[in-house]
Amino acid sequence: MSKVHVSTTINGDPVEYLCEADETLLDVLRDRIGLTGSKEGCGTGDCGACSVTVGGRLVCSCLMLGAEAEGQEVETIEGMADGENLHPLQQKFIDHAALQCGICTPGLLVAAKSLLENNPDPTEEEARYWLAGNLCRCTGYDKIIRAVMDAAQEMRGAS
Amino acid sequence: MRYEAPTTIDDAVRLLTDGSGDRRILAGGTDLLVRMRSDMADPDVIVDIKGIEGFRDITREDGGWRVGAAVSGAEMGEHEALVAAWPGVVEATNLIGSTQVQGRATMAGNLCNASPAADSVPAMVAAGAVARVVGPDGTRDIPVEDIPTGPGRLSLTQGDIIASIFLPDPGAGSSSDAYLRFIPRTEMDIAVVGVGVALTLDDSGTCVAARVGLGAVAPTVLVVEEAANALIGTKVDDAALDAVAAACSAAANPIDDKRGTVEFRVEVSGVLARRAAAIAKTRAGGAA
Ligand SMILES: Cc1cc2nc3c(=O)[nH]c(=O)nc-3n(C[C@H](O)[C@H](O)[C@H](O)COP(=O)(O)OP(=O)(O)OC[C@H]3O[C@@H](n4cnc5c(N)ncnc54)[C@H](O)[C@@H]3O)c2cc1C
Ligand code: FES
Ligand code: FES
Repeated sequence: MSKVHVSTTINGDPVEYLCEADETLLDVLRDRIGLTGSKEGCGTGDCGACSVTVGGRLVCSCLMLGAEAEGQEVETIEGMADGENLHPLQQKFIDHAALQCGICTPGLLVAAKSLLENNPDPTEEEARYWLAGNLCRCTGYDKIIRAVMDAAQEMRGAS
Repeated sequence: MRYEAPTTIDDAVRLLTDGSGDRRILAGGTDLLVRMRSDMADPDVIVDIKGIEGFRDITREDGGWRVGAAVSGAEMGEHEALVAAWPGVVEATNLIGSTQVQGRATMAGNLCNASPAADSVPAMVAAGAVARVVGPDGTRDIPVEDIPTGPGRLSLTQGDIIASIFLPDPGAGSSSDAYLRFIPRTEMDIAVVGVGVALTLDDSGTCVAARVGLGAVAPTVLVVEEAANALIGTKVDDAALDAVAAACSAAANPIDDKRGTVEFRVEVSGVLARRAAAIAKTRAGGAA
């Protein structure tokens, strides 16, 4: 099997890697680049734990080949905090206790960030629909939604 | 496995046809990668069509809208003019999966996955959509309903690529469309029944043209002519809507499974057809 050479940008940094042609972007991120923040909950697009953005668009990294990242801009959970400073969404997830086991959290944060970039002032219903592809088996979602709505409000005030 | 990302359609056709082995087209990958993951597919060559010139464009042409085969549902939903012209086709495509799936899934992929429950297909069928197919035998235009021939089966041959989906402008009058599906949840589920209705009203509010596509209740999406005929010539009033419902229930030929019994699917086919026709009428400016 011949490997594919890929040049891409991950969290603003140029990155090059070799991957198998059938290797998912999720496997590349975790096993080749060492970015293990993106999680594999299902591997089939159902849970959203592997959410990243590619070219500014929210996708499941388990449903994309590593080879497809050529020339793209990939953003993962590792690019969310600014050094030691948490993103407002991350801080609000802590404040609202919006996580328990934490497996869904990176994907939810990436998806919520994408929501607020597209729609800084979502209704609760819009937030719930946008995040419907992110499953959480622990929290019951309410605290997550409260954290997202609170972060949205704070971010609107700050800008 | 080999990954190829050609930039011309001729190269793509060649990559799909020269040599042996299982050679497959990759668009959004939301079906293909799931199949590979669950060992239902193990291609030797994957031909990614997203880099082919024009495949990501939504273009206004003489006589209609052309949506490139690699345009995602999210991109369709962001295209205001397309949404205004074909709200039903766009809402059907935007029902596919989650936000994440929306960022990648295409109409052509939805069609070529050949699931009887594919959400965008009844809406495309109602819209009279035509697929432009490019392959070893040249280029041809094929009505969308003639592409799937049964669950997982297509009338296309190896090397055939859908380059775009064409949504032809309706004739004179005021037109619109709508799509509704029934699922047990509110999001992220497979249609138990899906109905697309497209119609055109004249100045007096009389329906002069209509098409109805019915999904998930037969091996392929059905074009329900009796339902369209029940609309044409009427003001899309209660009597006409009752006739549409009866025609769709009569056309439904579903299976029993854990998502719905035969009886339920037959009933819901009529209920949703009625509602979708009423929405299309309102969108086309018809009096309530
Ligand atoms: C979590 C999840 C939820 C989903 N929910 C829904 C849903 O609610 N409703 C629904 O209908 N579907 C759903 N799907 C299925 C899937 O997302 C859709 O069928 C989607 O439209 C497929 O498009 P794609 O571009 O991703 O196809 P791909 O996976 O790229 O391709 C699908 C098939 O079509 C072939 N193909 C693709 N493009 C072309 C072309 N241009 N010419 C010829 N052949 C081609 C491929 O070779 C492959 O066999 C869901 C999938 C997931 C993972
Ligand atoms: S791991 Fe990608 S959606 Fe579950
Ligand atoms: S916190 Fe455990 S799955 Fe969400």
